Amino acid sequence: MLLEVANLALAYAGAGIGAGLAAIAAGLGVGRIGASALESIARQPEATGDIRTNMIIMAAFVEGVALLGVLTCMLIVFK
Amino acid sequence: MKGLKNTLFVGFLVAFTLVFAGLNEAKAVDVTTAAAVQTSAVIAAEENTNEATANAAEEKHEEAAAHEGAHEKFNPAEVIKHHVKDAYSWDFFEMDGKAVGFNLPCLVYSPKLGLSCFSYAKIKEHGTEYEGYSIDHLTHKITREDGEKFYDISITKNVVSLLISAFLLLFIFIGVARKYAKNPNSAPTGFQSLLEPLILMIQEDVAKPMLGKKYLKFLPYLLTLFFFIWINNLLGLIPGGANLTGNTSVTAVLAGVTFFCIMAFSNKHYWGHIFAMPGVPKFVLIILTPVEILGIFIKPFALLIRLFANILAGHMIILTVVGLIFITAEMSKGLGIGTAVFSMVFGVFMFSIELLVAFVQAYIFTTLSALFISEAVAEHHHEEAHH
Repeated sequence: MLLEVANLALAYAGAGIGAGLAAIAAGLGVGRIGASALESIARQPEATGDIRTNMIIMAAFVEGVALLGVLTCMLIVFK
Repeated sequence: MKGLKNTLFVGFLVAFTLVFAGLNEAKAVDVTTAAAVQTSAVIAAEENTNEATANAAEEKHEEAAAHEGAHEKFNPAEVIKHHVKDAYSWDFFEMDGKAVGFNLPCLVYSPKLGLSCFSYAKIKEHGTEYEGYSIDHLTHKITREDGEKFYDISITKNVVSLLISAFLLLFIFIGVARKYAKNPNSAPTGFQSLLEPLILMIQEDVAKPMLGKKYLKFLPYLLTLFFFIWINNLLGLIPGGANLTGNTSVTAVLAGVTFFCIMAFSNKHYWGHIFAMPGVPKFVLIILTPVEILGIFIKPFALLIRLFANILAGHMIILTVVGLIFITAEMSKGLGIGTAVFSMVFGVFMFSIELLVAFVQAYIFTTLSALFISEAVAEHHHEEAHH
């Protein structure tokens, strides 16, 4: 019984830590994309439209992986 | 402008097929998940009996007590789950412990017993059953005590929401398309003024740069995709609305149609790049080819997850922020009032962000679909320039 509770607690802790790690990784990734995109826009303001579209696409790729991680964590909690 | 009108019209046909595909697919997935949940529940029950048969009665009593307690004490996880999940009734709010809303029709088909159709009201209460069907109060799905096999094709909340959005789309776009047909070269009026920039945005910023000359072939699909997802995202944000785009079945159908487009229109260059990437040494191909083959399936799967998780997460954040009020109010009244102020401000802020996300996710889904399709249909004339 006690072991079961401990296991459950560990599962919840794992889910929380996992979601946090996914958020950190996505934050780093999207942050770098945003920083470089802003730099390029500052260098070449006439290419703003193209850069913005590509920035959104790249951010979506990074975010997709992070969301996969968060979803796994959610499955642990809600299963 | 005539092209645009045709485009819109074909868009509707696709929307309609999409809706019906959604109806079928959603149910199919629902049934499988229900089966999965049931089996897991059975396994869990078996484990329980194996472990402590003597304590079973006592545990059951405790469980019932906990269940009763849940009604009095606020349980955020339960509330959030209830709000984001599909249901057999469309409840708007709760009053005196009773949900206020519509009960939707349940349609159940069993190969042996045939089709049965009944209102959800007949099996809603604990312990009631109709023609042997009852509600499992743990999974909130229709079950049968005798274990007879059946398919659940009920008109659930999500299906109703899907139909509403389909009619809304048809209503808006047929009107606008007629206007273009009537006065092709005049300035847009009424709803046209809202939709024309969006249609042009998809045409000029997404379809043309990605697909090049072939853009007209895929424009109807891309426009349908964009407006379908956007409208459903917005309908989901209305308080009391269904969480349609935050449902894996719906996003799976959308991603599936994109996958079908990629497969149907792919040319030999696309497959050539998957099975034997030109200009890559043979021994690298051993690793690269399996990765590329996996990539075929991962792309639509990522589309599925991205839309679903984004919308679900948005709903959950808003619900959590609102739920915070009740959690703190249970501790002390003053704290609850303080949190209410904070929650309202933060909730409105999150709502504005979600409005943006609703648009951006529709845009991203469309853009990535266009990108994946363009990879499949591209003529690789740049090959000669490189080598």
